[in-house]
Amino acid sequence: MTDSKYFTTTKKGEIFELKAELNSDKKEKKKEAVKKVIASMTVGKDVSALFPDVVNCMQTDNLELKKLVYLYLMNYAKSQPDMAIMAVNTFVKDCEDPNPLIRALAVRTMGCIRVDKITEYLCEPLRKCLKDEDPYVRKTAAVCVAKLHDINAQLVEDQGFLDTLKDLISDSNPMVVANAVAALSEIAESHPSSNLLDLNPQSINKLLTALNECTEWGQIFILDCLANYMPKDDREAQSICERVTPRLSHANSAVVLSAVKVLMKFMEMLSKDLDYYGTLLKKLAPPLVTLLSAEPELQYVALRNINLIVQKRPEILKHEMKVFFVKYNDPIYVKLEKLDIMIRLASQANIAQVLAELKEYATEVDVDFVRKAVRAIGRCAIKVEQSAERCVSTLLDLIQTKVNYVVQEAIVVIKDIFRKYPNKYESVIATLCENLDSLDEPEARAAMIWIVGEYAERIDNADELLESFLEGFHDESTQVQLQLLTAIVKLFLKKPTETQELVQQVLSLATQDSDNPDLRDRGYIYWRLLSTDPVAAKEVVLAEKPLISEETDLIEPTLLDELICYIGTLASVYHKPPSAFVEGSRGVVHKSLPPRTGSSESAESPDAAPSAGQAAEQPAVIPAQGDLLGDLLNLDLGPPVSGPPLAASSVQMGAVDLLGGGLDSLLRSDVGGSPAMGGSGFTAPGPAAPAAMGAPLGSGLGDLFDLTGGVGTLSGSYVAPKTVWLPAMKAKGLEISGTFSRQVGSICMDLVLTNKALQVMSDFAIQFNRNSFGLAPAAPLQVHAPLAPNQSVEISLPLNTVGSVMKMDPLNNLQVAVKNNIDVFYFSTLYPLHILFVEDGKMERQMFLATWKDIPNENEAQFQIKDCSLNADAVSSKLQGSNIFTIAKRNVEGQDMLYQSLKLTNGIWVLAELRIQPSNPSFTDLELSLKCRAPEVSQYVYQAYDAILKN
Amino acid sequence: MCFQQKMIHSLFLINCSGDIFLEKHWKSVVSQSVCDYFFEAQEKAIDVENVPPVISTPHHYLISIYRDKIFFVSVIQTEVPPLFVIEFLHRVADTFQDYFGECSETAIKDNVVIVYELLEEMLDNGFPLATESNILKELIKPPTILRSVVNSITGSSNVGDTLPTGQLSNIPWRRAGVKYTNNEAYFDVIEEIDAIIDKSGSTVFAEIQGVIDSCIKLSGMPDLSLSFMNPRLLDDVSFHPCIRFKRWESERVLSFIPPDGNFRLISYRVSSQNLVAIPVYVKHLISFKENSSSGRFDVTIGPKQNMGKTVEGVVMTVHMPKAVLNMNLTATQGSYTFDPVTKVLAWDVGKITPQKLPNLKGIVNLQSGAPKPEENPSLNIQFKIQQLAISGLKVNRLDMYGEKYKPFKGVKYITKAGKFQVRT
Repeated sequence: MTDSKYFTTTKKGEIFELKAELNSDKKEKKKEAVKKVIASMTVGKDVSALFPDVVNCMQTDNLELKKLVYLYLMNYAKSQPDMAIMAVNTFVKDCEDPNPLIRALAVRTMGCIRVDKITEYLCEPLRKCLKDEDPYVRKTAAVCVAKLHDINAQLVEDQGFLDTLKDLISDSNPMVVANAVAALSEIAESHPSSNLLDLNPQSINKLLTALNECTEWGQIFILDCLANYMPKDDREAQSICERVTPRLSHANSAVVLSAVKVLMKFMEMLSKDLDYYGTLLKKLAPPLVTLLSAEPELQYVALRNINLIVQKRPEILKHEMKVFFVKYNDPIYVKLEKLDIMIRLASQANIAQVLAELKEYATEVDVDFVRKAVRAIGRCAIKVEQSAERCVSTLLDLIQTKVNYVVQEAIVVIKDIFRKYPNKYESVIATLCENLDSLDEPEARAAMIWIVGEYAERIDNADELLESFLEGFHDESTQVQLQLLTAIVKLFLKKPTETQELVQQVLSLATQDSDNPDLRDRGYIYWRLLSTDPVAAKEVVLAEKPLISEETDLIEPTLLDELICYIGTLASVYHKPPSAFVEGSRGVVHKSLPPRTGSSESAESPDAAPSAGQAAEQPAVIPAQGDLLGDLLNLDLGPPVSGPPLAASSVQMGAVDLLGGGLDSLLRSDVGGSPAMGGSGFTAPGPAAPAAMGAPLGSGLGDLFDLTGGVGTLSGSYVAPKTVWLPAMKAKGLEISGTFSRQVGSICMDLVLTNKALQVMSDFAIQFNRNSFGLAPAAPLQVHAPLAPNQSVEISLPLNTVGSVMKMDPLNNLQVAVKNNIDVFYFSTLYPLHILFVEDGKMERQMFLATWKDIPNENEAQFQIKDCSLNADAVSSKLQGSNIFTIAKRNVEGQDMLYQSLKLTNGIWVLAELRIQPSNPSFTDLELSLKCRAPEVSQYVYQAYDAILKN
Repeated sequence: MCFQQKMIHSLFLINCSGDIFLEKHWKSVVSQSVCDYFFEAQEKAIDVENVPPVISTPHHYLISIYRDKIFFVSVIQTEVPPLFVIEFLHRVADTFQDYFGECSETAIKDNVVIVYELLEEMLDNGFPLATESNILKELIKPPTILRSVVNSITGSSNVGDTLPTGQLSNIPWRRAGVKYTNNEAYFDVIEEIDAIIDKSGSTVFAEIQGVIDSCIKLSGMPDLSLSFMNPRLLDDVSFHPCIRFKRWESERVLSFIPPDGNFRLISYRVSSQNLVAIPVYVKHLISFKENSSSGRFDVTIGPKQNMGKTVEGVVMTVHMPKAVLNMNLTATQGSYTFDPVTKVLAWDVGKITPQKLPNLKGIVNLQSGAPKPEENPSLNIQFKIQQLAISGLKVNRLDMYGEKYKPFKGVKYITKAGKFQVRT
C-alpha cells in the first residue's frame, strides 16, 4: 500500500469524512486521517476547515502523529490565529520533554507559527532551549531567534535574545556556532547598522575554527559572514585566506564559491609582490574549473560568477580557455555564458583556437547561439588587434554561407570593426553590398547604411544603393531612418554634384512627412547646417569619430568591485547590485572591496586592476529610494554637474578668486602669504594625505579646535570650532562634525566624517537644500578611499553662493543631505553669517554717510556685545580679518566710535556703528547699531560680531 | 512589518506536462500562480533542458533544477546564494532517489507523507537542517514493503523517536553502533572522458572527470587510509567532508572515517592534454548534395588506445538537420533507429572488435526543395571500458585502523564517455 491511497475521495464529501475520522477513537485511524489531510495539503488543496480537529490530535505520544500535526499547524496557523492558541499548551509542555528531539521539534515549530499571540508564550521556552544542555536543541533554538525576530523584532531585543545568540558564537559545538552565525546574519541583514556581528580577530578565530568542523551549509554561512569582515592589515588577510583555502576542495559548490568570494575580497589587500599572492591565484583556478563539470544549473551560476572574476582578475583563468569551449549538448543558457567568457579570455596567445571554435559554433542549429557566436568574432577583432584580419576573413566566409541571420549578424559586427580600424578593411565592402537585399533586420540594415554612407566615396553606386532604401522610408524602423538620413547627408557632402536631389528628398521626408520628433530634429539640423554653412556641415558630419573599444562590453569598475563582494549571490547572477533589484532593499548594505594595504602601494604596476580607491571617485549612483526622499525635500541629490573638477583644491580656488577682483580689498597684505598657509592648513584632507584619515575622532574636540583655531589665525577669518552636526546614532554610524570658514574669498565647509559603524562606508555625496544665500557645494564631496570602521576623514568642501535661493527661518539655517553607500541622511546647521562677508565690503566714506542717512531709522537695530575688553584697534583689526571694515573712528566723550561696513555675497550692505568704552575697565559691553536695507539680517550680523570678537 | 524570508520560501514539484504535483511551504503559503512565470519561461525555452535556472518575477525569484523529468522549482524572496539553493535542491532529489529507489513522480506521490516529513526535516526557516542520508534515515525510516506490513500490524510508525547520534558529533556523516556480519569496503574508480574531436580527428578539448564512489559496510568506527600508486595525477580534487584535508596536503593519502553505506569519496579532474587518451576514433563522411533531395552518410568507429581492454556499450546519437526526412542505412553491427520527429539518429553498436570495425552507411533523404543544410551534425558517442581508469590512476592500498576485524576490500575501475562529441 502506498500513500497514493490518501488521495482517493468518496462521494460523501472529503472534508466531512476526514472530520469524522480525525475524531475517531482509534489511534491508527486518526493517524491515517491526518496523513490524508497532509496529502491534500501537498497538492495545494485547502483543508484549513479541519483546523480544530487536527489540533485535537496534537497531544499524543506518537511522534509521527505529532510531527504531522505540527506540519499542518505551520501551514494554517496564520489563517486561524485564535485556534492556534489552543496548541500553545502542548508546545510549552513539549519544550520540557526529556527527549531532546521533541524539545527541539517543539521550539522549531513554534517559531514557524507566525501568530503574534503565540510569540509571547514562546519567549520562556525559547530562553530555556537556548541554554539547553543538548546542542541539538541549542542549534534549533538559535534559528528560532531569527524566526521570532522576523515576527517581532522588538520583542527579541527586549528579551535579550540577541545577546544570548551572540554568546552562542562561542559555543563548544560547531553546528551551534554555524547556526548562530546564520541567525545573526539574517537578523543583521534587516538592521544594517546594528553591531550584531561584532567581528574582531577573536571572534574571527572562533569562526575559522568552527569552519573546519561544521556541516557544509554551516560553512557557507560562516564564509559569507567572514566575507563581511575587514582585516586590519595584509597579514591578517593572508592568515584568513590560508585558513579558508582548504574549502576550495569541498564537494559542495556553494561552499567553494563562498570561499572564492572571501579570497577574492581579501586578496585585494595583499601585495602583488607577495609570493602568497601568486600561490593564491594558482589555487583559485582549479576549483572554478571544477564547477563547470557540475550539473548545468550549477554551471550557469558558476559561469555568471566566473564572468565577474575574469574581468576583475583575468590572470586566474587565462590558461583555462578550453574548458569554456561549448559542448554540443550544453543547455543554451550555459552556451551563451561560455561564449561571453571566451571573449573575455581571448588574447593574442589563444586567438587562433578561439576563432576556430567560434567558426564552428556559427554553423550550429540554435539561432540565438549562432548569432552570438558571429558577434563574438567581431568582438575578438576589436579586442585582439592582431587577429582583426583573420576575424574579418572568417566573417566573410560566413557571409558566403548566405544563411540569412548569419549574414545580417556579420554585417553588424563588420560595421564595428570598421569603426575600430578605419581605412583598413574597406576592400570587403563590395562583398557586403552583394548581400544588401537579404537584410531584413533593422540593426543589419542600419549597419549596412552606415557603411555605405561612411565610405560613400569608395562605392561607385552609393547613391543608387541608398536611394533603394529610400523608397520604403516610412516603413523602416526609426533606427534605419536616422541612419539613412545621416548616410545620405554624408554622401551629399562627399559627392555634392550628383546627389543634390537625393538629399533634398530625404530631408523633406524626415522633416515634413515624419511624426518622429528625433528624426525631424535631426533633419532640421542637417538642413540648416547645409543651407547656412556647408563647410561647417562638413566638419560636423564628417568629423573623425572616436574609435570603439572592447571596454564597452566590460562592467563598469565600481560596479564590478561591488559585485565581487557579492560573489555567489543573486546579484552576481544578474550582475546588478542587490539594491537595484531586491525587494525591500532597505536593509541592503553596499559593499566595497577593502583597500590594498602594505608597502607596495606606490609600487603597484599601472596595469593593475582599478583599486577601490579609484572606484570611490566615480560619481556615485544614487539609489532610487534616495531619489524619492530627495524629491520630497526638494533636493537634487545627483552630484553637481557644474563646478570645478574634482582636483581643484581650496587653495587653487582661493587663488583664482584673488586674481578675479578681490585684489583691491584690504586683504591685499595677506595675498602673498595666504595661499601658502592655506596650502599647509587646508590640503591636509586632500588626496595625498591618507595620514589624516586614521585619526580617530575620539582624540577629542580639543585637537580639532587646535587645528582649526590655528587655521583661523593664519588666514585671519574667524573659524568656529567644529561641532557635531550629525550624531552617529542618527546616521547608521556616520558621524559628521564641521564648521564653516572663509579663506581669501572662498567659503569652505570643513567636515570631519567618522565611520562609527562596522562596515566600510563609501560613495559619499552631499547636497544642500535651497537656502537664504544660495550656498551650494562648489565641488562634489570627495572622499578618496572608502572609510573603514573607526576611521575619520577631514574634508574641506568648497562652497559657492550660486545655488537656488529660498528664505529660511532662521535665516542662516542650512539643510544638508549626505549620502553614502548605506543611506541618505539629513541634518541642518546654522552657519555664521561672516562667511558671507565679502572682501570688497569697504564703503567709501562719503557713500557711508549718505547710505546711513538714506536707510530709514526703523531699520536700525541695537545690540549689546557683553564682556568684551578689547580696545578699538584690537576690535578693528579682529573684525577686519572677517571682512568687517572700519571706515572711520571717532572719539566721543571718552568713547571710541567705530563706523564700519560690510557686504554680503548677495550684495546687501550692512553699516555699523560700534561704541567702545576703553577708559572704563569695569564696563566692557560694546554697543552695536546696525543699519541695513534688509533689516532681517541684522540679528545674524550681530551674532557674527559677537562670535568674532569673543574668539 | 517587513516580511523577510531567507532562503527557500516554498518548493513546487512540476512534471513535464506542467502539472504541479507537490508543494511545500516553509513559511506562509505562496500561491501556485507564481509558477506561471516558470511556465512562461519553459514555453520560451522549447526544450526542457533549456529552461534558465534563475527566473525573476515581480515579487519572487524562482530557482529551479531539472532532474529525472521533474522540475524542482523553489521560490525565493530575498538575496540568497543561488548555488546554495541549487545544491540543496539536488540534495532533495538525491534523498528521494535514496529513499524510494527512484526520483519519479509516481514514487513521490506514493510516498507523499514521507516526502513531506523529509522536506520538513531537511530545511528549517531556510537553514538546511539534516541533509545527510545517514541522519535522515534515523529520523525517518525509508519505506520497505516489509516495514509497511509490520507497521500496519503493530501500529508502529516510520518516524524515529530518538535523536540521531551523528547529528551533532564531529563526524555527522556516520552514525554510531553500526554492525555488520560481513565487513566490506568497495571502491569504484569511475572516469568519464569529456572531449571535443574536430572534423580532422584531432582533439580540440579533452578532460577526465573522475570520481571514487564507495560502498562501505564496516562495523564500529573504522578509520581508513587509502593511498594511490600515482597520487600526483590528482591536483584538482573535491573531497567528501569526511576526508582529512591536512593529511592529503602533506602525505597525499586519503584518510577518513567513512559514512555508512554508499557515498562519493572524491571527485577529481585530469585535464592535462597528454594524460587524456582518447580510446576510440570515428571516420565519418556526411554530405548533402546541392539541389538534390538526398545525402550520404557513412560512419565507422574504431578502437584507439585502450591498453588492450575492450570498448563496449558503444552508442552513437546524432541530431540530424531539420531538413532530413528519413535515413536508409545499413549497419554492419548493432541496430539503428531514426526518429523523423526529433531527427535523432541512434545507433546501438555494442562491443567493438578490432578485427571487424562497425560501420553505418546509407542514404539520407531530405525534404525536397529545402536548401542544403548548413549545419554539420555532431556525433555523440557513448562507450564503456571495464577494468581501466583511463588516467592511469591506481589504488595502492587500503588500511584500516580503530577496529580489530579484517574487512573484505575491493577496487573496481571503469572508464566511460562523458560528453564525448565528434564534429563533422
